[in-house]
Amino acid sequence: MTIKIKVENLNFYYGSFQALQNINIDIHENRITALIGPSGCGKSTFIKTIDRMYDLIEDTKADGTIAFEGINILDESTDVVELRKRIGMVFQKPNPFPKSISENVLYAVKRHGDQDKKDFPSIIENSLRKASLWDEVKHKLNQSAFSLSGGQQQRLCIARTLATKPDIILMDEPTSALDPIATSKIEELLQELKKEYTVIIVTHSMQQAARISDYTAFFLNGELIEFGETKEMFTAPRDKRTEDYITGRYG
Amino acid sequence: MKKKKTYIQESIIQVILALFASISILTTVGIVFSLMFESVIFFNEVSIIEFFTTIRWAPVFDPPSFGVLPLISGTLLIAVLSSMVSLPLGLGSAIYLSEFASSKARKLIKPILELLAGVPSIVYGYFALTFITPLLRTFLPQTEIFNALSASIAVGIMTLPMVASLSEDAMMAVPNSIRQGAYALGSTQLEVSTHVIVPAAFSGIASSFVLAISRAIGETMIVAIAAGQTPSMALNPLGSIQTMTGFMVNMALGDIQQGSIEFKTVFVVGMVLFVITLIMNLIAKKIIARNREVYA
Ligand SMILES: Nc1ncnc2c1ncn2[C@@H]1O[C@H](COP(=O)(O)OP(=O)(O)OP(=O)(O)O)[C@@H](O)[C@H]1O
Ligand SMILES: [Mg+2]
Repeated sequence: MTIKIKVENLNFYYGSFQALQNINIDIHENRITALIGPSGCGKSTFIKTIDRMYDLIEDTKADGTIAFEGINILDESTDVVELRKRIGMVFQKPNPFPKSISENVLYAVKRHGDQDKKDFPSIIENSLRKASLWDEVKHKLNQSAFSLSGGQQQRLCIARTLATKPDIILMDEPTSALDPIATSKIEELLQELKKEYTVIIVTHSMQQAARISDYTAFFLNGELIEFGETKEMFTAPRDKRTEDYITGRYG
Repeated sequence: MKKKKTYIQESIIQVILALFASISILTTVGIVFSLMFESVIFFNEVSIIEFFTTIRWAPVFDPPSFGVLPLISGTLLIAVLSSMVSLPLGLGSAIYLSEFASSKARKLIKPILELLAGVPSIVYGYFALTFITPLLRTFLPQTEIFNALSASIAVGIMTLPMVASLSEDAMMAVPNSIRQGAYALGSTQLEVSTHVIVPAAFSGIASSFVLAISRAIGETMIVAIAAGQTPSMALNPLGSIQTMTGFMVNMALGDIQQGSIEFKTVFVVGMVLFVITLIMNLIAKKIIARNREVYA
């Protein structure tokens, strides 16, 4: 089993508030890792460290190592623009650009400028197919992304991320704003995606974590309480707090 | 079920508010009406074809000549040249403030911009005449004492804060989630600004542009002081020109007889000015309506 990302002794601070404490975790390639834990425990903060999105928040600081392809992501010298091309992120609320559907998919491709213009139609189709949105939008690619439903918008955001050919996809509660049908579509999609990508997904739904993930990490108050194979964690949790949380007795 | 109460106070307040609203409507109607009234009389005496097609404006000369095109071209020259200052610099400042500046820098710069916006236009007028013009003349000796360029630069500086602040508002109104989405795809700050935020805020930015151009067209003090009094079709930035507003100020300062033909030229030029500004505003409305994105 290949380890894609190795997190060691990760601490994270918002100003003087320490939001993550000494996190150690191995993210396996072509597997889905679910992050669970009560609200405010640091799940979003953790995935923001992986693609350095915390750079956008003033007065934040991280130390430790997040090893990825021979570099420490947290290093000052890391090229965050390159990094974010390799590590995509899908947000809790769908956030398409106020542009057409095809422009949304092509946005990053055009910016990065490493693809031939004549490949654009196939990039659009492939990305939308992988995000299982193609059939619903193929006849209206030039319409505004805002004309789509919430679930469709979220899949468009996934397609937009896939178009940049990332290695890793981070997802922060990607289905929390969606109805059960749209949710199950995205869950099915994840099973397809993990063949090619490594996925880290934050979820508030125990059922979802159990259904879709291979590994699960349980966070509590900025600490990683337990990490392991999902099957094991949900059948035989090692820590009492994990057990309380996944059985719904927590808080 | 109780009987419906009649709220007398509410009705009174409603009437008063309606009265206030009608005052502004009535004023507008009155202004338009008086402009039209005098214009119609004017065009009884002067052919409308002469007015709009001949290129000599000399209403107080003997014999007079009423070709308004030199005034329109003077006005457009000021509008175009000042836009070349206010639009790029204003948009640039807005992009800087909204996308690049730290909150500290923003707190420092915004009040300065607002200060700039509060300077009375007469100050800009003398600034143009006593500072910008001499400066231009050291580099371009052929520059006349009164010239379009100097006035345009001052008008541009005067309208810059409006472009900056309205465009910045429009850009700040683009939800942060969209910004984050762009950064997460590996965009640089400049790419996010120019390819995501500016297009997303396009309707607000465009309307700030139109407003700035409207202001430039209507600006009076600066052009009256610094641009000269020579109606000219030459479109020469370094030469003296006259704008529609500049002409109207001039007439107000001179002693012309009420009811005379010279007197009516003020109204007819005012009418042209009004129509041009009205068209600008309609264009702005169209742009906004077509490009408005509603962010949930
Ligand atoms: N921008 C910020 N500035 C300061 N503190 C923050 C900021 N963002 C998050 N925090 C704090 O960091 C801690 C972890 O927040 P985080 O958003 O990572 O939690 P989460 O596990 O994702 O919660 P949720 O399930 O509600 O999304 C919380 O105590 C939160 O208040
Ligand atoms: Mg969160």
